[in-house]
Amino acid sequence: MTGPHYRIAIVGSGPGGLSAAAHAAELGVDHILLESGPAHAGTIQRYQKGKHVMAEPGALPLRSDLPFAAGTRESILQAWHAGLGQRRVNVRYGAEVTGIGGESPSFTIRLKDGGSVTASNVILAIGVQGNPRKLGVPGEDLPCVQYTLDDPDEYRDETIVVVGAGDAAIENAVALARHNRVLIVNRSDEFNRVKEGNLNLVTKAIEDKRLECAYKSATTRIERSPDGQRYVFVLAGDQGESRVECDRIIARIGARPPRKFVESCGIRFPGPDPAALPTLTSRYESSVPGLFVIGALGGYPLIKQAMNQGYEAVEYALGRSIEPADQPLLAAKFASLPFGLGVDETLALMQARIPVFSAINPLNFRELVLGSQVLTPVAGEVIFRKNDYTNSFFTILAGSVELEVGEERRSRLSLGAGQFFGEMSLLSGRRRSATTWAGSGCVLIESPRREINKLISSVDGVRRVIDEHFIARAIQTSFAPDASLEELKKVAAGARLRRYKPDEVVFAEGDEADSLHLIRSGSVAVARDLGGREVVTSYVAAGNYVGEMGLVSRTARSATVRATVATETISLDAAAFHELLGRNPSLRDQVQGTVRRRLAENTRMAGQPRSGDLISFLMDQGLGEATDVLLIDETLCIGCDNCEKACAETHDGTSRLDREAGPTFAHIHVPTSCRHCEDPHCMTDCPPDAIGRAPNGEVYIRDNCIGCGNCERNCPYGVIQMAATAPEKPGLFSWLLFGAGPGPGEVPHEPANDAGQGPKKAVKCDMCRDLSGGPACVRACPTGAAIRIGPERFVELIHEATR
Amino acid sequence: MAGTGSRQALHQSVLAYRGSRYLWVALALCLGAIVAYAWHSPGVPPNGGTWLGYTLGTVGAVLILWLMSFGIRKRSYASRAGTVQGWLSAHVYLGLALLVVVTLHAGFQLGWNVHTLAYVLTCIVVASGVFGVFVYVRYPQFLSDNRGSQTKAQLLADLADLDSRSLRVAAGMPPEFAEALRANRDRTLIGGTALALLAARDRSQIMLPLAVNTAGAVAFRQVANPDQAALLDYLGQRLAASGDGGLSRQLQELLSLAGARRTVLARLRRDAQLKAWLEIWLYVHVPLSFGLLAALLAHVLAVFIYW
Repeated sequence: MTGPHYRIAIVGSGPGGLSAAAHAAELGVDHILLESGPAHAGTIQRYQKGKHVMAEPGALPLRSDLPFAAGTRESILQAWHAGLGQRRVNVRYGAEVTGIGGESPSFTIRLKDGGSVTASNVILAIGVQGNPRKLGVPGEDLPCVQYTLDDPDEYRDETIVVVGAGDAAIENAVALARHNRVLIVNRSDEFNRVKEGNLNLVTKAIEDKRLECAYKSATTRIERSPDGQRYVFVLAGDQGESRVECDRIIARIGARPPRKFVESCGIRFPGPDPAALPTLTSRYESSVPGLFVIGALGGYPLIKQAMNQGYEAVEYALGRSIEPADQPLLAAKFASLPFGLGVDETLALMQARIPVFSAINPLNFRELVLGSQVLTPVAGEVIFRKNDYTNSFFTILAGSVELEVGEERRSRLSLGAGQFFGEMSLLSGRRRSATTWAGSGCVLIESPRREINKLISSVDGVRRVIDEHFIARAIQTSFAPDASLEELKKVAAGARLRRYKPDEVVFAEGDEADSLHLIRSGSVAVARDLGGREVVTSYVAAGNYVGEMGLVSRTARSATVRATVATETISLDAAAFHELLGRNPSLRDQVQGTVRRRLAENTRMAGQPRSGDLISFLMDQGLGEATDVLLIDETLCIGCDNCEKACAETHDGTSRLDREAGPTFAHIHVPTSCRHCEDPHCMTDCPPDAIGRAPNGEVYIRDNCIGCGNCERNCPYGVIQMAATAPEKPGLFSWLLFGAGPGPGEVPHEPANDAGQGPKKAVKCDMCRDLSGGPACVRACPTGAAIRIGPERFVELIHEATR
Repeated sequence: MAGTGSRQALHQSVLAYRGSRYLWVALALCLGAIVAYAWHSPGVPPNGGTWLGYTLGTVGAVLILWLMSFGIRKRSYASRAGTVQGWLSAHVYLGLALLVVVTLHAGFQLGWNVHTLAYVLTCIVVASGVFGVFVYVRYPQFLSDNRGSQTKAQLLADLADLDSRSLRVAAGMPPEFAEALRANRDRTLIGGTALALLAARDRSQIMLPLAVNTAGAVAFRQVANPDQAALLDYLGQRLAASGDGGLSRQLQELLSLAGARRTVLARLRRDAQLKAWLEIWLYVHVPLSFGLLAALLAHVLAVFIYW
């Protein structure tokens, strides 16, 4: 049976969907807003109470019939709720969409309850969180069943059943067990696929009988208890069915990622990469005409972007033309350009002139340019210097650029309009490999790493072109500075890009030496078998090569090489390598020099087995991907914590390092502190792109942080925290003479309640980039125990520590 | 990385900082003062009133003010004026030189007056500082060796874990064991008084069922339990007397847990002891420095007013 017909149906009541529905209502268009949950904006409802929500990007104007400004979660949800009522938005809660079929103007939207509605246009705004998986048993809709847990301390003295064996289930169960009787239901006979910390947590809680666990058990049904006050959770295990009387059931059995559903609607994606975004036109229209995709699902994770798109998508669905809200921002960016063209024409010109961008759809390209900078440097101006740590990507729109390549013998080459550069640091996270200067009439587009990575994972064409270039240029830099890129592309065709997981073997001692590996990102440890024991003899960072020894001397591998962190290499087969040797006579000397140096180093390290243990220890701490790390010599450290005090005093009252935490080996202590990874994990998923990398290498967080906590979760080293700015302290002398507290180095007074605190944002080590003297932690160490060093000095450290 | 011999070591102690440059500065200062003192023949016994006496006195007073400003530098966390380590290195060597300068300034004349008070305070402050340097150089390695790769928080967590494991074992045994273990947990002390802390003396107690009351039931008595000795002893006795296989196994398990507990406690106590020694001297050094500052002011005023 088919339900009523609407002009526009909107699926999902997040910021994008709400804004679309509000605009449709404002225009008096016949519409329906379908929401699977019991309330609007489910993701924001799940934020913790009182969380401050930010309104980035600040420069983008809001275009919506609903209000939105930075504020607490409650005030924003309340304002939207009021807006929905005022505009008489037709919203249906608890309406889970199971499929969208048909085509414009008659889409059929099937609902979980068996009903359906039809609509001329559909706006899909379901976000990327996915719907939580439901229990799928009778009674799953009883009020005692919940799929989220905001605050575990809200419940006391209850009997609670937690279903699931993942990280979320464990965290909830252990937290609830503090004040409640908790049973965790696990389908399997152990907890696998969880973080190690959570595994220890749950095993210990079960061992200590603070938590009960039903292994190899499945939920059968949920009933009301005979007295109607409580509920009965029925589960089937090895010993048959058992019944647990309880007050609450929390199901944490994962969420279904939305891609499958989106594809089932007929919407195409450009590739299989999980990070790929659906193919959209510049009007948010998907590959199904009349079906629009907005918000996070379309690649726009910020609230304001999604709200603007909701408004615009309704206009487009009605067949109207409207300038996107970001038009003035682009116009300002293009103001300095010499072409005298409008915004849309300039964008078209860019795509026409720059081949690597030609395959991108106009909407993604517009977003790329919005995130990029358009530069018009004067001739001779340095764009970046060799050894800078920046990682943006440059394309040449007009004019030319000069760059210098080669390690030992340098040669200059020139790039013209349409070409690109900067991909080496972009992909490897290492320092810039060459200095570049602007030529005459130079117009450049500088795109941040995140935007390009988004493209690389979405558009195969972009990935292929950049990879090819990278390989040719890496070979040019390391082995053939005189050869042109075009010549090297033939050699590069025989080269292969290989990816290794941490600890994976690149090649093993005794293997046939068939290739040389140029390390593109990450790093490797070299180990040799000494009397049955594997001894690490050295560590090789990205930008260098390994495996040359076997190729030059045509023998078997003399050592085992292992990735210390996720690593990518370019492997050159023997034939290609010998072709390079033939092409460049001085290369043979250079490679033989490396072989000699490494042999000497290996012999020395093999005589000091403790050094190998120390290298292994440092690599185990993730220092294989560090660019600058804080190390403490425990034979000098008196534990005064002046490093932490200095950090807090120079950074809004919160220390970004924890001196005492972290492991120690051979008196070298690795405190919990940022290592400024070459490919920072924290940058992976930052909605406002607030994490930057400065030329000196420091990874820092800008003021446009929205406090979402993604970086805190993504950092494997636990060095990012969410913190509010502490109140200003009295001066040194008013503390000393008049006892005004807290004094220097003392913990700042906590505000009486959370309301008195400003918004919490992510904070981490920024290597004191605003202090000209260098990192305060090191400068404040009275005994010289604290030092910061880069990987190029690890060998020195190892010699010193194991002397 | 051969050929980096000329490079600074990555980690340098305060004494070796930058090739001990402040040692040479301090030695030069002392040498200058001694030569001048030897060469100078004022015609009266050497004292603070001669031109050399005034000069040395001024140098000494300036040194004291500068040495005390270390406390300000240490707390000026954003300061670009050298590193704290450099300041400390200079503080140590110039502090030692101060002793030579003020002794020569006094011309070895001592008495029962405010001038000598300033001199004595200087000596005590310098001596406590020398002790401080000794512990700063010597103790960090002990701290690190004692803790292994664990933090104090982890050691405390280990202790709590051992306690809960012991109690779980005791739950299946006669009730007096759980009671004794609980009493042991609650009466275990680390430190207590400053002396106990500095000497790492264990003043822990335990309640053990050592007596039988008039009604014939077991009665608990509080006894000293240094290094868990009383508990280990008691468990050993019970094990020796036990004829029940199940109980013996449980007793063995408790014994090994109590042994582990003793090790963890010894490490915690040693950690607290070393940290106490690293700090205790400051309780002399800093207040007496301020006392010295006051005495110095009195000394200078007295000289100028009553001269």
